Amino acid sequence: MNLQQISLDLFYTLIFPGLLFTAVVGLLLTWVDRKVTAVVQSRIGPPWYQPFADIGKLMGKKMVVPSGSSVGFLAAPLISIAGATLASVIVLRALINPQAGFVGDVIVLLYLTMLPALALIIGGGSSRSPFGAIGASREMSMVLAYEVGFLLTIFAVVIKTHSIQLSGIIAYQAEHGALALTVSGFLALCIALFCLQAKLGFLPFDISEADTELIGGPLAEYSGSGLALFKISRAMMFLQLPVFAVLLFMGANQLTLLSMAGFLLKLLAVLVLIIVIKITHARLRLDQMLRLFWGRLAIVGLIAVVFALVGW
Amino acid sequence: MNSRLFNWCFKKSIWVYHANAGACNGCDIEILDVLTPYYDVERFGIRIVHTPRHADALLVTGPVTRQVRERLLRLYEAVPDPKLVIAVGSCATGGGIWYDSYATCGGVKNVLPVDIHIPGCPPKPEAIVYGVAQALGLVPKQVQAQAYIEE
Repeated sequence: MNLQQISLDLFYTLIFPGLLFTAVVGLLLTWVDRKVTAVVQSRIGPPWYQPFADIGKLMGKKMVVPSGSSVGFLAAPLISIAGATLASVIVLRALINPQAGFVGDVIVLLYLTMLPALALIIGGGSSRSPFGAIGASREMSMVLAYEVGFLLTIFAVVIKTHSIQLSGIIAYQAEHGALALTVSGFLALCIALFCLQAKLGFLPFDISEADTELIGGPLAEYSGSGLALFKISRAMMFLQLPVFAVLLFMGANQLTLLSMAGFLLKLLAVLVLIIVIKITHARLRLDQMLRLFWGRLAIVGLIAVVFALVGW
Repeated sequence: MNSRLFNWCFKKSIWVYHANAGACNGCDIEILDVLTPYYDVERFGIRIVHTPRHADALLVTGPVTRQVRERLLRLYEAVPDPKLVIAVGSCATGGGIWYDSYATCGGVKNVLPVDIHIPGCPPKPEAIVYGVAQALGLVPKQVQAQAYIEE
């Protein structure tokens, strides 16, 4: 590990596929989200710089720390952004240069994508607000529910491709075609989309935040830069999770113009699907959500795993 | 933080917390009108938030009854700096028909430092949008503040 390697790693983590790049593109995507919502509701919607103005304003405001809150309240935004950054680095580097990964990076990603949700639980639980506490407990139940589905989809993919490395999965798809075209892959993709919606905290699964009943849940006590960090990490997840899904299921990419345009189209399709589901659905109750994920989706996920074992 | 950059961001992104301090609901209905697709304040970056911690502006309606005074003060303290206070409606600007009632404080200005008054009973949605835009300096002021001096 020489100096050059360390500085290169820092560059990857903080600037190009990492913090800065993902945050900027992710915030632009949240603008796309708000603009599409506005158009569907026949409004004009915010200008393109709106998310950046929001973040700039939040960064400049005072952060109120509730008296008696524990260290977790201040640590949670940092945990959230650290998890989102590391996950983005692994996913986006696998997209740009598949050889950059390491053995088991899919499993590491499973844990890293869970970090923002964990940070919400820590932050909400230590904010000394009843809204934060209720939101944190709901978030905890949700994590337990959607991680089951997410794990099952990853199992199906890993069994199908005999690889626990993103580059291996991409190489398998380059050889045998996109996983989404096989029976097990298609079922797994469907469940993965449900899990993305829940991981991003979008309707119909924004149960832990629930603006109208829990006034933001775990985020209720956050103000200023703490809130800004949570917003940025959510924007980063909004870019990185759909890219992860496209990489896992929708075939390999070459460094040709046509293939890159195809990748962007697939990514756009996933994003539009997520946004349209978000706009057109009302919030589920917690028990309905748990029943959905532990019941129907878990059964479909097990079927996908069995199909993958059979080789379909 | 660079203060010019911050001022630009602040003007483009006002998150509003709506506090009813004893209003008759007339102004509250007009505030809801402002949020409908017809007026669409999100194009100015204005959003309603549900917790004072996320808010930049307090939109107060009503003459501030004595019951609600302490709560309003606590609410004001809960909003992180910098913050605006906008008084909406006749009651909030000067107490309305309760200006000398024992049960009210006779307007928001007697309790909190108000940045802009939007009169009207209730003010039209256009007037509310215009008032907020004026508070942010998006449109020039048309009238000057004047004090009456007895001859």
